[in-house]
Amino acid sequence: MIKYIGQRVIYMIITLFLIASMTFFLMKLVPGTPFKNQAKMSDEQLEMMLEYYKLDEPVPVQYVAYMTNLVKGDLGTSYQFANTPVSELLGARIGASALLGFQALLVGTIVGIILGVLGALRQNTWVDYGTTFIAVIGKSIPSFVFAGLLQYYIGVKLGWFPVAFWKGPEYTVMPTIALSMFPIAIAARFMRTEMVEVLGSDYITLARAKGANYFEIAFKHALRNALIPVITVLGPLAVSLMTGSLVIEKIFSVPGLGEQFVKSVQVNDYSVIMATTLLFAFLFIVVILVVDILYGLIDPRIRLAGGKK
Amino acid sequence: MSKILEVNNLNISFHTFAGEVKAIRGANFHLNKGETLAIVGESGSGKSVTTKAIMRLLPESNSEIKEGEILFDGRDLTKLSDKQMQSIRGKEISMIFQDPMTSLNPTMTVGKQIMEPIIKHQNMSKSAAKQRAIELLKLVGIPMAEERFKQYPHQFSGGMRQRVVIAIALACNPKVLIADEPTTALDVTIQAQILELMKDLQKKIDTSIIFITHDLGVVANVADRVAVMYGGKIIEIGTVDEIFYNPQHPYTWGLISSMPDLDTAEDELYAIPGSPPDLLNPPMGDAFAPRNQYAMKIDLEKEPPMFKVSDTHYAATWLLHPDAPKVEPPAAVMKRKEMYPGYNNK
Amino acid sequence: MAQFDEKISKDQFEPAIIDASTSERISKPSLNYWQDAWLRVRKNKGAIVSLVVIGILIIMALIGPSLSKFEFDKQNTKHANLPPRIAALENISWLPFDGTRTLKNGNVVNPYEQKQIEEYYWFGTDALGRDQFSRVWKGMQISLYIAFLAAFIDMVIGVAFGAISGYFGGRIDNIMQRIIEVLSGIPNLVIVILMIIVLKPGIISITVALTITGWVSMARVVRAQVLKLKNQEFVLASRTLGASHAKIIFKHLIPNLAGVIIINTMFTIPNAIFFEAFLSFIGLGLQEPLASLGTLIDEGFKSMIAFPYQMLVPAIIISVIMIAFNMIADGLRDALDPKMRD
Repeated sequence: MIKYIGQRVIYMIITLFLIASMTFFLMKLVPGTPFKNQAKMSDEQLEMMLEYYKLDEPVPVQYVAYMTNLVKGDLGTSYQFANTPVSELLGARIGASALLGFQALLVGTIVGIILGVLGALRQNTWVDYGTTFIAVIGKSIPSFVFAGLLQYYIGVKLGWFPVAFWKGPEYTVMPTIALSMFPIAIAARFMRTEMVEVLGSDYITLARAKGANYFEIAFKHALRNALIPVITVLGPLAVSLMTGSLVIEKIFSVPGLGEQFVKSVQVNDYSVIMATTLLFAFLFIVVILVVDILYGLIDPRIRLAGGKK
Repeated sequence: MSKILEVNNLNISFHTFAGEVKAIRGANFHLNKGETLAIVGESGSGKSVTTKAIMRLLPESNSEIKEGEILFDGRDLTKLSDKQMQSIRGKEISMIFQDPMTSLNPTMTVGKQIMEPIIKHQNMSKSAAKQRAIELLKLVGIPMAEERFKQYPHQFSGGMRQRVVIAIALACNPKVLIADEPTTALDVTIQAQILELMKDLQKKIDTSIIFITHDLGVVANVADRVAVMYGGKIIEIGTVDEIFYNPQHPYTWGLISSMPDLDTAEDELYAIPGSPPDLLNPPMGDAFAPRNQYAMKIDLEKEPPMFKVSDTHYAATWLLHPDAPKVEPPAAVMKRKEMYPGYNNK
Repeated sequence: MAQFDEKISKDQFEPAIIDASTSERISKPSLNYWQDAWLRVRKNKGAIVSLVVIGILIIMALIGPSLSKFEFDKQNTKHANLPPRIAALENISWLPFDGTRTLKNGNVVNPYEQKQIEEYYWFGTDALGRDQFSRVWKGMQISLYIAFLAAFIDMVIGVAFGAISGYFGGRIDNIMQRIIEVLSGIPNLVIVILMIIVLKPGIISITVALTITGWVSMARVVRAQVLKLKNQEFVLASRTLGASHAKIIFKHLIPNLAGVIIINTMFTIPNAIFFEAFLSFIGLGLQEPLASLGTLIDEGFKSMIAFPYQMLVPAIIISVIMIAFNMIADGLRDALDPKMRD
């Protein structure tokens, strides 16, 4: 198991290195300077700016400098907000994103699992069709469309929850709902399939033959076995939350990483784009790794087989 | 001998996209106290469905008991509520399944799975149930039972798992044990061990066994009586000797002729021609008639009733009708008949 | 037990003539893989309805822009922000096609009457007075174009990569698998955004960005399937008989891969539609005057509170199209996936 984790961590570092390099060179390919959106500058001013940010040096030199700083944990300074270190900028915003993402993942998996289990236990009844319908809708309707509709009908027309900003728990309700639609759909669908398969397995028949009642079968025998594989979708779900957070944060004006990223993209703030990209990639890779390890810990078949993959 | 279980005129249908499949079409048999009844037949003949019906384990969504009764200790199992049935399953009647690789819960320790019915049906404390479970593991011949108790199914071999399944089935000393092809998925050497174990245990705890198999060799080994199923019906039933040495139904003849035998090794092994009947549209007369080289006109028109051969032996074939012509069974069957002490009675 | 009252005549006990062939008769007609799959798809009502819906939407994407009298990029600021109005439906009060809109204070006004406009804008107009009807269908045309193109490229690269990797195995497979491992370690969101920033938004650059990591899942599925197939008896037999690699790949592997390829492609299409719209929504989409469903939603979103219809129409259409594609993909998977076959 330890050998396996070690191997995975090495892969992770290689991937991160590649992503950092790729991000860097791609950014260098972008035409224009990061100062294009600021008040018109004279050529001299521009040169001074370029020199100040060491953007006039040859690309390989810049690359080495960037990578060395990165290892030290220095993500550079923002061009948009003069002299603000990127790490500080992102640090101030990570809280809102983390809270939103966590709430959405929690709501998404719990509601999704409940829907999936209900659908499987009431197979081919209106309960099942209803949950399947919710899953299809949730998977199909883009989160920003859903968020827009939510904001208009629940926020503006009905006025139940604040339309935007991030000033307290009630402000998190609509963004969380909008962001959790996709996880709900995926978890519900996956859970239903797993649960149906488990309920049809021989050991469930044996449990019935032992005289177990409906609840013992559903919860003691089936649920645990069906839940284990659901861990595997947690990774992709967390990733989908990152994608979703970009638009959801923009729509509800949540001061998070996603909103920052969208803004930076619009003004070519390279260092912020690169840092956010790396942060996303890092989170993505860590989540996948954690999920894999978790899976190995929970499933006795994998756990005791020594983490073979 | 008293009957512990009696199946009368059982009719079961499955509702499929294609239509109603009449899987069991009037099955009649009984199980005596302390005996082993083997039910033999090819796949699709309805043996598994019959036993699942006794346990009421058929899927409720698409199956239906159309007619008949299953009497156990004077109660009709087909009429019991789910709750009442739960108190019978695992306690009074228990079951062993075909594939030990899939019939244990992979995420629950073996010990817990054995303890489950004990705690449920016998109101034992956890520690007492654990004691009992370890005893059971020893009883079914699992070494180092205390250690094994804590392990998961994937740490057991196929034969060992089947022993565990047997231990679960025997946990509450059931009156009836249904074994649905318990050795089919196992290696031949393991098969023999499991059969020995079952015979041994039956003596120890005095239970009645319904043993389902398609392997006549196994039947000869374990059964007291044999029921032959074909097309959703019992077509011949009798003691082991009667079925093996004095079979009456042409289908039973076919089964016996197709059994490999040291003496007949040089001869070509017999195969029953054709395929099992389509139970979506069951044939009008004898279901076996289209594959029967002895078929008579009446076989195509009317289903044969059960003709009595002896007090314990019945067969559903028109050949037993007084007006039917005498036919010569296949050579392999003749050879056996000659060995049978009571040969001259027919 | 042998009791019967009625007399059975003797001739009934004469041997019956059994036609040997009838006992071997196969009662069900034999169907090939595709006929069988079609029967299964046909049973799935959702998939069939979705197929019809998509057919209609594709036709509309092609002919829709020319059904309206107004060009999709023709501005007419005098006619800006008009609500939808359809001639035959305008007098049915519960339909939103009467050309009126409700102001914040609850008053209902009809801008058509106020501005004395004779024309009928079926889906209304946007802030620049462009006809939403032709813009929506034009936008869908472009969205679908990008999605189909991306799905097609994904399919070609993915199938080729997966098939080669799986079929030849050994070191080739090893190297190719490492490439896939690294690529799939990178979140596709990040790649897509970076690529768009570098390439500048446009139909081709969006398509390219979508395909850079898009083919990986296809390659994985195809490789797994090829690995399974290539050791099966019929392929081994063919190889023993001296068939060439090309013959084995095209005659034996590709036909058996068709199912998974189709299923995977059907899932790529809605995914590509989503990503295109997503990019447009965060400001990395197509530039004016071009329109896609994403840019229309983005524009509509900006004036959502005053003119909700501007967002509603493209939002409904993209939702319908996504639902339909997902349902077809699900239906096909249930019908074609050999694992699900009973």
